[in-house]
Amino acid sequence: MDQNVILEVKNLSLNYVTDDGTVYAVNDLNFVLHKGSTLCLVGETGAGKTSTAKAIMGILPHPQSKILSGEVLLEGEDLLKASKKRMQSVRGSKISMIFQDPMTSLNPVMRVSDQVAEVLRLHKAKSRIEAAKMAKEVLLQVGIKEDRITEYPHQFSGGMRQRVGIAMALACSPEILIADEPTTALDVTIQAQVLELMKELKKQYEMAMIMITHDLGIVADVCDYVAVMYAGSIVEYGDRRHIFTNAKHPYTIGLFGCIPDLSIEQEELIPIKGMTPDPSKKPKGCAFAPRCAYATEQCFQETPGNYEIEPGHWVRCLQFRGEDTENV
Amino acid sequence: MSEKLVEVHGLKKYFPTKKGLLHAVDNIDFYINKGETLGLVGESGCGKSTTGRLLLRLIEPTGGEIKIEGQDVMKMGAKEMREFRKKIQIVFQDPYASLDSRFSVYESIEEPLRIHKVYNDPKEMEKRVFELMETVGLAPRVINSFPHELDGGRRQRVGIARALALNPELIVLDEPVSALDVSIQAQILNLLQNLQKQMGLTYLFISHNLSVVKHISDRVAVMYLGKIVEMAETEELFKNPLHPYTKALLSAVPTPRIDIDKQRIVLEGDVPSPIDPPARCRFYNRCYCRCEGCAEQDVQLVEVKPNHFVACMQAQE
Repeated sequence: MDQNVILEVKNLSLNYVTDDGTVYAVNDLNFVLHKGSTLCLVGETGAGKTSTAKAIMGILPHPQSKILSGEVLLEGEDLLKASKKRMQSVRGSKISMIFQDPMTSLNPVMRVSDQVAEVLRLHKAKSRIEAAKMAKEVLLQVGIKEDRITEYPHQFSGGMRQRVGIAMALACSPEILIADEPTTALDVTIQAQVLELMKELKKQYEMAMIMITHDLGIVADVCDYVAVMYAGSIVEYGDRRHIFTNAKHPYTIGLFGCIPDLSIEQEELIPIKGMTPDPSKKPKGCAFAPRCAYATEQCFQETPGNYEIEPGHWVRCLQFRGEDTENV
Repeated sequence: MSEKLVEVHGLKKYFPTKKGLLHAVDNIDFYINKGETLGLVGESGCGKSTTGRLLLRLIEPTGGEIKIEGQDVMKMGAKEMREFRKKIQIVFQDPYASLDSRFSVYESIEEPLRIHKVYNDPKEMEKRVFELMETVGLAPRVINSFPHELDGGRRQRVGIARALALNPELIVLDEPVSALDVSIQAQILNLLQNLQKQMGLTYLFISHNLSVVKHISDRVAVMYLGKIVEMAETEELFKNPLHPYTKALLSAVPTPRIDIDKQRIVLEGDVPSPIDPPARCRFYNRCYCRCEGCAEQDVQLVEVKPNHFVACMQAQE
């Protein structure tokens, strides 16, 4: 196995069983995360981005969710088969996660310094005093001054709460940071602050990062690699140059066409027609076909494979069959 | 020059709180020309939604003057106001919260027509509802659906159909696409633009999303902490921003491109509290070009170029 790969997700499929039926959230997902790099999972609501992250972290809701197949390999170890105890030690120390809404992810009745210290006490078995001292340092690093650290989350603004979330995630210097829409709930000027902070810290801690977002602007800002998700599958994968200058999948092209862009003049947006498919119905053929302008009859019949159209640039679309170097 | 549909002077709204008066909207002036879209941008808590609601008198202003078609809205009695509301409608951010969950699509769209007793004949009313649904791109088959059965985009279409029902002159759009996914957002934005073209509507488009505002607006007003800090035609504002806050805001928006390298101005700190703010430039403590004079007195919105207003002493010089 490639020495540079720190996390590999192989053939991951999972579903949720609800009263209304089975929801196929993630279908046969594959990606690798390289050491020190940032991978962006981008897609719309229901694309399966968060489910993927939760599967990696082992925090899928139980018992509604069911992992049907696949492996999540952290340095060769399959996390899906790991014991509860093992996962507890992986979470927070090896892989950490930042959530979208910092108000709901922080404990409202615990001082922020204690919340950060708790992580250290659990994973590094530090004494109370030592943990408190380290917590203070980490909080200072994310820009929270000493005179505020004994306050409670409700006394903080949204941006500061997210900083606390970042401090908690970084306290044990994890190797992988999963950030699930970390700036979606924040205002743009605060978002800019938090993104700058995350970029800086990522460099400093030499972490790999999985950034989940629906905002292509953020993707352009932070990513090294991009995986565009649609209806539980990665439809296009490549490095930032592939996706931003040479996007091939009709959905990716559609996404770029329908966002207003500050930097250029556009007369009219080109929306993707229709809406995201009902995830409780597994369509035959390509999931995007009903909304695709290029769909042929075959697209409704045959599930597209994953075609590598240039080195490291994969597209899941039948148009590109035969153009690939190797069919997986 | 084009005709002004809305003129607002010295509009204020203060909310009493335990800690003091919260200056949600503090002495703002603006106008909207007939048939244009004025974008109102700003971050959360800057008073943009309050401004929208004040325009419809959904909340009563603390002071100031609102003129729509030359009529002073503030001086109207309840009866007059009800009649007048036909002309001004609002679409809210979250269509799930703004639609009655026990009303079917038909009932929701029919409600304004019923309240204002537009039709006596139920057949005609039904015809009008179907016509409105077609206008906003709703398939007739969803007519008996309830809001929870619809997706976000369709729900927002119902909200728009309701707002259109009484043939208004002005629609206040309060973050109409913020709750929607990008592909649906584009559909709704295009719909709004087409409706404006067809019916000659005037919009006040409230949003925190600068890219969306740039796309849809003819002119843009930027708000910060209860004040309008800059107002200009869209192209001028985005090409040549004068206020330091506008500049920072524009630079903070992530653009979906990798070929342009841009300098991001990262503002320090958070927006200060709007409760009893000191009488000086509101942006003072986060401003990266402040000078001594800025701390001492409040700054007014001044027209520095034709149709380009800015409230910053540095820029005014």
